[in-house]
Amino acid sequence: MNARLDIPLDPGRRRFLRGSAAGSAGLIIAFSVPLAGRRALAAAVPDAALPPPNAFLHIAPDDRVTVVLAHSEMGQGIWTSLPMLLAEELECDWSQVRAEHAPAAPVYASPMFHIQMTGGSTTTMSEFDRYREVGALARTQLVAAAARRFGVAPAACRVERGVVIAGEQRARFGELAAAAAQLPLPTTAVALKPRRDWTLIGKPTPRLDTPAKITGRAAFGLDARPAGVRVALVARAPVFGAKLRHFDDGAARKLPGVDAVVAVPSGVAVIGAHFWAAKTGRDALKLDWDLGPGAHFDSAAELAQYRTLARTPGSPAATRGEAVRALVAAKSPIAAEYSVPYLAHATMEPLNCTVELGADHCRVTTGTQFQTVDQASAARILGFKPEQVEIVTAFLGGGFGRRANPASDFVSEAVQVAKAARAAGHTAPVKVVWTREDDMHGGWYRPQFVHRMRAALGSDGLPTAFADCIVGQSIMAGTPFGAGMIKNGIDPVSVEGVVGSPYLEATPAYAVELHSPTAPVPVLWWRSVGNTHTAFAMESFIDELAHAARRDPLEYRRTLLGKAGAKRHLAVLERAADLFGWTKPLPAGHARGLAVHASFGSYVAQVAEVSLVDGKPRVHRVACAVDCGIAVNPETIRAQMEGAIAFGLTAALYGAITLKDGRVQQDNFDTYPPLRMDAMPKIEVAIIDSGEKPGGIGEPGTPPIAPAVANALFALTGQRLRDLPFRLA
Amino acid sequence: MQLIVNGQTHAVDAPADMPLLWVLRDIIGLTGTKFGCGKALCGACTVHLEGEAIRSCITPASAVAGKRITTIEGLTAAGDHPVQRAWTELDVVQCGYCQSGQIMSAAALLQRTPRPSDADIDNAMSGNVCRCGTYQRIRAAIHRAADLAEVKS
Repeated sequence: MNARLDIPLDPGRRRFLRGSAAGSAGLIIAFSVPLAGRRALAAAVPDAALPPPNAFLHIAPDDRVTVVLAHSEMGQGIWTSLPMLLAEELECDWSQVRAEHAPAAPVYASPMFHIQMTGGSTTTMSEFDRYREVGALARTQLVAAAARRFGVAPAACRVERGVVIAGEQRARFGELAAAAAQLPLPTTAVALKPRRDWTLIGKPTPRLDTPAKITGRAAFGLDARPAGVRVALVARAPVFGAKLRHFDDGAARKLPGVDAVVAVPSGVAVIGAHFWAAKTGRDALKLDWDLGPGAHFDSAAELAQYRTLARTPGSPAATRGEAVRALVAAKSPIAAEYSVPYLAHATMEPLNCTVELGADHCRVTTGTQFQTVDQASAARILGFKPEQVEIVTAFLGGGFGRRANPASDFVSEAVQVAKAARAAGHTAPVKVVWTREDDMHGGWYRPQFVHRMRAALGSDGLPTAFADCIVGQSIMAGTPFGAGMIKNGIDPVSVEGVVGSPYLEATPAYAVELHSPTAPVPVLWWRSVGNTHTAFAMESFIDELAHAARRDPLEYRRTLLGKAGAKRHLAVLERAADLFGWTKPLPAGHARGLAVHASFGSYVAQVAEVSLVDGKPRVHRVACAVDCGIAVNPETIRAQMEGAIAFGLTAALYGAITLKDGRVQQDNFDTYPPLRMDAMPKIEVAIIDSGEKPGGIGEPGTPPIAPAVANALFALTGQRLRDLPFRLA
Repeated sequence: MQLIVNGQTHAVDAPADMPLLWVLRDIIGLTGTKFGCGKALCGACTVHLEGEAIRSCITPASAVAGKRITTIEGLTAAGDHPVQRAWTELDVVQCGYCQSGQIMSAAALLQRTPRPSDADIDNAMSGNVCRCGTYQRIRAAIHRAADLAEVKS
């Protein structure tokens, strides 16, 4: 989801450094409180109290340092980068550092969003201070404990790789942790290292989760196997909004391995000894659905409606001057319409959730990006208090936004299944597994969108007036962020990337308008959210304007960005163009295209080289430059750019969820094809160290690739591909 | 039926049509082999059958009874197969969910073709989907693993 980048970090965050917030100093650095104790402690800390280091850090007697992650690892690398932040200040031995996911508790709320969640590419930017402060505070306490033991002043001690040293005396962190936990907190703020002293931040650091992930040991949600666990598959509505009239489970119940069949709000769950039993049982159900009005939904008809709507005035999202009047008066305005379809996240790990339900306690094990919301949803269903619901966050087999669900769809349903099963006398833990088809049909898609863009060019070829009428479902409406974000009917993530674009800054008059129709298809943030369509439309249209002005696309952007004073855009654009060799000749039948876009506080430019192979677009090479401010782990940043490009290419080349008669027409990776090895371009990444505060890295690499490739295909074929996925005439 | 998995024999009571994947995961308890599509479209479930890569999600367990099956857990005891070492060196993984299957496919490829070309890698690996997009590193790591295996032998 979109980060409101202007949200100041909570000033109260620093209070803990003065030791006044807790009043229970003995607990604050109880380095060796066992996990269950720490869970209880963390749960007891009210929202306003800020980070007790104990909640974030555990130092064992054998020197092992465990960093507790308030965010979820879904591939983006925070399993390594958050510990890097903490360890930078702790000055422990990096080889002793481990990570684990935090339980759900208020203390782990995101400093930006005030709920525990992972999204909006915000983990590093939101935790950059907190994790360093915890490390610094813990180091201070360890030094204080060592100084007492040595009989010297703390200032006489230094720390080297987890050892406190004063003269000839040495003590390991593991030896000091228990004593450090007994000391009162410092009464003054702990100073953080100046940047020039960093030894970990900025150093390419191998991932800490690799050993588990190359041996099959890493536990994903689907791998949860509490003792006696049963597996459930749910027969869900074939059409969004359909209601179950009646079902016959006679045949299903007779099958070997089927334990129970229970009705839940989302459908009918078949619970069995294993996946195969549950699936066979589900296949044997006879279901009678009242399809309701959703059965008339047709995504192609919706697209046609959107195109009509885009020609009518929408709610103003950003306005300067008299753009619309200028466009009407212009002699030959340029107009173009862009569209993007619904998209499924299609994480490699299909949705799943395991529930162990007792009389007054519920443990939910799943890969989630939305712990606070899931915990509250489960508690509401069960009539529990949130703290009676324990959330165990497993590794996420991909997230891309799908596992941050405002309705907690996959968690709520699993809790409903466990609740219904318990009511029917089945108390075993239950794991609800979605098949790939269930996952793909399950909704919560990136919404379909249309942009109708118009511009008038001055005699210098630069735009004098610009208008964009945007049409698509609001993502934020109905989420925990909607009320705070939607103002005057404008969901800011529907327009992000057009509103705030430096191209608008460089244009004397502009008008951005928005229509937010509703539809029976549930929609959700999908890696880079609104930027998935705004960057495609904007960077394609700028390319069209450059062509109309008979200017080189790089030089045209350079002029506009210079006019807007968009230095960071310019820097990544120049760097990507250099890296690619913008002016160097390409092989016959190849062409280049570029795009630059800022999102989530980071700036990315990409240049793509394309050709046609058997009449189909083939991307051979992408040069990418990124400025994400302080680069915490450059290796992760490179990996995220590579992955984000592959993710965006999948959408640009193949991706579309379509609905006919209310039914989703794609089922699996055959009809919703992902990018595969043989279509992966060679990607080079340059990281620009701007020294600015950290921006996001999980999402910003996705938006530029579709327009870069579209612009390259135009250069190659003369065809403007204004609709995703690309279909060449 | 008797299944020989990672050198151990398991007596399994399962329906004849139950895919090997679910026997491994839900009955034997080896969860390193992943479910991604159920239709041999993504390769997350790749295991070795007598050293050859197969998709366990569409292979009935009964069809492989008595044959030698190797899963990611059995590839090496210490996680130091040349493919695993190369994966570590090149920091390949992201979410990691597909990587068991990727590694099993890569290991089978190198067994057959110790010095694979890029085209060989395309052929052998295009059935393994990675939604995180780690393909560039997988390709580099397979070439690196070929080097490592050569040094070893």
